Amino acid sequence: MTQTTSEARPATVEATPGRRKRSSRHHNGPLFWIGMVILAAIFVIPIIWMYLTSFRSLSDSRRVPLTIIPDEITLRAFRFIFSETQNPVLLWALNSLIAASAHSILVLVVASMAAYALARMQFKGRGVIFAVIIGTLFVPHFIFLMPNYLLMDKLGWLDTLIALIVPGAAGAFGVFFLRQFFLGIPRELEESALIDGANTWTILTRIILPIARPALITLGVLSFLGNWNDFLWPVFVLFSPERLTLPAGLSTLQGAFATDYPVIMAGATIASVPVLILYIALQRYIIEGVATSGLKG
Amino acid sequence: MSTTTAPAKTSPAVRGATSGRHGKLRLHHTATPYLLCAPYLLLLATFVLGPALFGVWVSLHDWDFMLPQKPFIGLDNYKNLLDSSSVIYEPFWKGMRATAIFVVASVPFLISIPLLIAILLNRHFPGRTFFRAMIFAPFVLGIAVIGVLFNYLLDAQFGLINWLLGFVGVGPIGWAQTQPWAWIALVGMTVWWTLGFNTVIYLAGLGNIPAEQYEAAELDGAGAWGKFRFITIPGLRTVLVFVITTTILASANMFGQSYLVTKGGPGDSTRTAIMVMTEEGLRQFKMGTASAMSYVLALFLAVISIINFIVMRERKS
Repeated sequence: MTQTTSEARPATVEATPGRRKRSSRHHNGPLFWIGMVILAAIFVIPIIWMYLTSFRSLSDSRRVPLTIIPDEITLRAFRFIFSETQNPVLLWALNSLIAASAHSILVLVVASMAAYALARMQFKGRGVIFAVIIGTLFVPHFIFLMPNYLLMDKLGWLDTLIALIVPGAAGAFGVFFLRQFFLGIPRELEESALIDGANTWTILTRIILPIARPALITLGVLSFLGNWNDFLWPVFVLFSPERLTLPAGLSTLQGAFATDYPVIMAGATIASVPVLILYIALQRYIIEGVATSGLKG
Repeated sequence: MSTTTAPAKTSPAVRGATSGRHGKLRLHHTATPYLLCAPYLLLLATFVLGPALFGVWVSLHDWDFMLPQKPFIGLDNYKNLLDSSSVIYEPFWKGMRATAIFVVASVPFLISIPLLIAILLNRHFPGRTFFRAMIFAPFVLGIAVIGVLFNYLLDAQFGLINWLLGFVGVGPIGWAQTQPWAWIALVGMTVWWTLGFNTVIYLAGLGNIPAEQYEAAELDGAGAWGKFRFITIPGLRTVLVFVITTTILASANMFGQSYLVTKGGPGDSTRTAIMVMTEEGLRQFKMGTASAMSYVLALFLAVISIINFIVMRERKS
């Protein structure tokens, strides 16, 4: 796995050996470590606080001044939230999962086909098509809000998950990102396959995509996270309580239970645990994907 | 896996020879590249290119989603945005002002703090990858989780932040109820939330600066500041252009923080341009006005991006 990434990808995030040698000469004193611990605390404590509160009782969460250690660990907030029919949190989780999965699969299929053609084939209009795709990267997304809302209405997609799955797949990032990766794959492999009589589809699915696995994982997980976390669009295109995704649902939960913080934090816990697990598992792909997007942009 | 790595070592000469040959090889049917691009282009045309033009058309009409009649009114929607006697003038420019305040207040922190942290994390120490992953974690959570979490943390009575401030003698602050605390809260939570993103990009840029440059500077007697000023900053130039541009755009798009934490308040002081636009277009369904707003905001952002680009290019020469 590591072999594939470091060979085929032109820019890697890892520091060069020379750099390491230089920095290891520095002595990291106690001040450095105190700073790092404080920094880590700033980033971890709010997240721990969210999980801790979701297991508190209502009165415990409203104590002034507050106490760090809960009186008791209770599942009240989760029991309440799972039995609530006005705010079906489990259904929201399922909707989020369906929308994000379908969206990332659509992005992978559509972007890898277009990116392969743009990276490898000579055809009339290629330059124009690529320029238009790159151009859309610079257009702010909010200008599509009104026209796409009207389009969702015309297509009958308002208040459906399709509105979250399909339009976002027109984003240019996937095509741009995969094209860059494909350009780094040596042509010789495809040429020898051509001589053996393989057609374009076989070359793409049997040779290119397996080599591009790390890039596909990166794009897949970034698309999944982006869709799972999307807030503004679902808040406006979804209305029925049973059609919401977790982010849109959290907003209505906050509206309904104002200061019942254990219940709201329980909702936030349900929305955050799946993405944190995904992040811990695929952390390297996510961070490298973000890092390379910055270097090439 | 081994099959994938071997060909990468092929010498440039061999590669040159084969690409010369590929003109003679029958590579694919003429229609193949178009067929491969077709699904993506269909999406692009339907949800990006078409809507970009359709939005202009909508902005030229009195387009009320709820009414059957959508009369053509020319540039009236744009004129109304500039006419101080129209009803939309005040909310729109208040929103633009709120967005401008947020951009000006947040962007310097979002550019400088991640740079400092990236330089810190660029040292070699055990747990480096772990720290990097931890700092990036909030960004993975998304604004809805961050929004409801900070709405709780910033609660004047029950919130963790006021409790902690109590130890240094700062009385309970009504974060969402008073200014300038509302802006401080929104900027602070945004820095906390998105700091990891720019840090990761800076770290990648720092990794690409050759160590020899630092060694040469050290031999010339450069101190920490000299190395930062004459090697780190020039070495990060393209990365900085990217970071500054994307950060300005991201801050100008601010919506969720205000929507979930301050609800646009106190008063309507933190109601951003995006909030005004979505309220007008997607709640009141006055799509014509809202479309006109979106193009005016986009124009402002385009001008800022171009200025930023020119300034950064001039510094180079």
